[in-house]
Amino acid sequence: MRPTVLQAENIDKFFYNPTKTQVLKKVSFEIKKGEFISVVGKSGCGKSTLLYILSTMDTDYQGKLSIDNQLVTDRSADHLAKLRNEKIGFVFQFHYLLNEFSALENIMIPGLKLGKVSREELEHRAMEKLRIFEMEEHALKKANQLSGGQKQRVAIARALINDPLLIMGDEPTGNLDKKNSDIVYNKFKELTQEFGQTMLIVTHDPEFAAGTDRTIEMEDGRVI
Amino acid sequence: MKWSLIIELSKALMFARIKQTAVAAVGVMFSITMFVALLGFMNGLNTMLDGLVLNRTPHIRFYNEIKPNPNQPIDQTLEFSESLNIIRSIKPSTSRLAIHDAEKIIQTLQADPRVLGVSPKISSQVFFNVGTIDLTGIVNGIDVEKEAQLFAFTDYITSGDYSELAQTNTIILGKGAADRMLADVGDVIQVTTAQGNRIQLKVVGYYQSGLGDFDNSNSFASLATVQKMLGESPSYVTDIQVKLKDLDLAPDMAKEMEQIFGIDADDIQTVNAQFETGTQIRTLISYAVGITLLVVSGFGIYNILNMMIYEKLDTIAILKAIGFNSTDVNRIFITIALSIGLIGGAVGLILGFLACLGIDQVPFETDALPTINTFPVDYNPKYYLIGGSFSLITTYLAGFFPARKASSVDPVDIIRGK
Repeated sequence: MRPTVLQAENIDKFFYNPTKTQVLKKVSFEIKKGEFISVVGKSGCGKSTLLYILSTMDTDYQGKLSIDNQLVTDRSADHLAKLRNEKIGFVFQFHYLLNEFSALENIMIPGLKLGKVSREELEHRAMEKLRIFEMEEHALKKANQLSGGQKQRVAIARALINDPLLIMGDEPTGNLDKKNSDIVYNKFKELTQEFGQTMLIVTHDPEFAAGTDRTIEMEDGRVI
Repeated sequence: MKWSLIIELSKALMFARIKQTAVAAVGVMFSITMFVALLGFMNGLNTMLDGLVLNRTPHIRFYNEIKPNPNQPIDQTLEFSESLNIIRSIKPSTSRLAIHDAEKIIQTLQADPRVLGVSPKISSQVFFNVGTIDLTGIVNGIDVEKEAQLFAFTDYITSGDYSELAQTNTIILGKGAADRMLADVGDVIQVTTAQGNRIQLKVVGYYQSGLGDFDNSNSFASLATVQKMLGESPSYVTDIQVKLKDLDLAPDMAKEMEQIFGIDADDIQTVNAQFETGTQIRTLISYAVGITLLVVSGFGIYNILNMMIYEKLDTIAILKAIGFNSTDVNRIFITIALSIGLIGGAVGLILGFLACLGIDQVPFETDALPTINTFPVDYNPKYYLIGGSFSLITTYLAGFFPARKASSVDPVDIIRGK
């Protein structure tokens, strides 16, 4: 039996603006270590909202959320920030690299924040991550000198730097052309198969979802 | 939390907006430069103007005032002591101008630890005989060395050599008096004292204090010369001038000594109260102007940081998403603000110092101030310290609110908004 990475119990979420609407209704599920899971559903079904709650960035919800068998609901913001840094890697739809830094530095920043290994060691690791994505020749380019697909690959490398328990993606291929989206998909696949990386990816690309171990389908705030 | 990372991030954000950052730093720099230059210049002028009077004024002056005796015999008789006695036309008694036992008083004063130095003086009314005209004047008999040491006497000698005053029968004329007598250095003039003694004195120099009235009437000679002129003994002294280590002690000490020695004593605060008020107000105005400049540049920093935060909302959201907490984000923006303050302040202090050096070179010549050739500047490190601290304090305050705003950015709002 594989250990549980994330457990959500009866998560309810309301939006109050402009009127009170319930976006998530009693959402419960579990993620086991090493699973490659996709979340699919129509626009507005609450899948992104769910992801932000699971990522601990959105704390305004009812229900219980445990990560790594520890309850994270109602923990302090500082505690959650530390948890995100250490255990969760993010990939967003729009790259979200820091334009002021080079690709290599972008990858290193979460590691520097964690501060577990020396800068030299971290640089070495970041270089390795870049190599996985065949991006090593772009290491010293500034983020805004990279193409969309390249940026997304760097962002995935950044999500990996602290060897997170779980990688979350919010439509990571949504903004990419077919070719780049295939590259990203293949990399995800490779990460789960070769490194046993647990991943939770929100997508509305049925092709992408079909290639994952498990698909959580959502409709109107419920898991079906 | 690791400061090196915070500093690295702050630096990157600053370099990404290098122009605005530079403008903010230049604002701080300009205000600090002005602050330092203004205070240095203002206080240089203050010190000089106060020095005009205060340098030359003893902190305490002992003298015998000629006045009617307040204890008239009728008040002392038992019979009338309870009644209201009115006596008309009281005349001063034949009290002496000379201070009794001056030597002893001087010794006592010199032994006092609060006293920096003591200088005896004789003040004597004379007539300068110029042809058929007699000009009135005052000849001050002074101890030349002490006067030079305590009251910067030599600073006001515009021509001639003050050391020649040590010889008897020499005089240093006030510039105004000399001009009226057409007396050059080396000339011999004739003086008649109030008692009628006539004496010939050789002019060895001119004295110019910058206060016209004073220079018209006052001239200087040695104690011995004036004693000889008046036909008095070498113990004859009319004034004892005291310079204290701490000027603020003067009023209390004057009262105390007045009791002990039984003579009149004036302290500098009572005589020159208006100078201190003037100085204080001038200093207050310069501080007010300087601090206003700093506050204005503080608003500049506030604006620029606010703009930077709006532009960098994405960056802040990413940082938060990858595990930076509010405190870290807050520190990043405070670091930016303080760096602007530190760099702007440091350059400002250097430029302020250079501006002071520049002002110091500007010619400023006036007949009233013979010893001043350029604008006076005060290089007191205090102003640099205040300027430096203020640059940090204002930039910190200017950064405080933007930083708080940045730290409270909700990453979900930003990432969703895309």
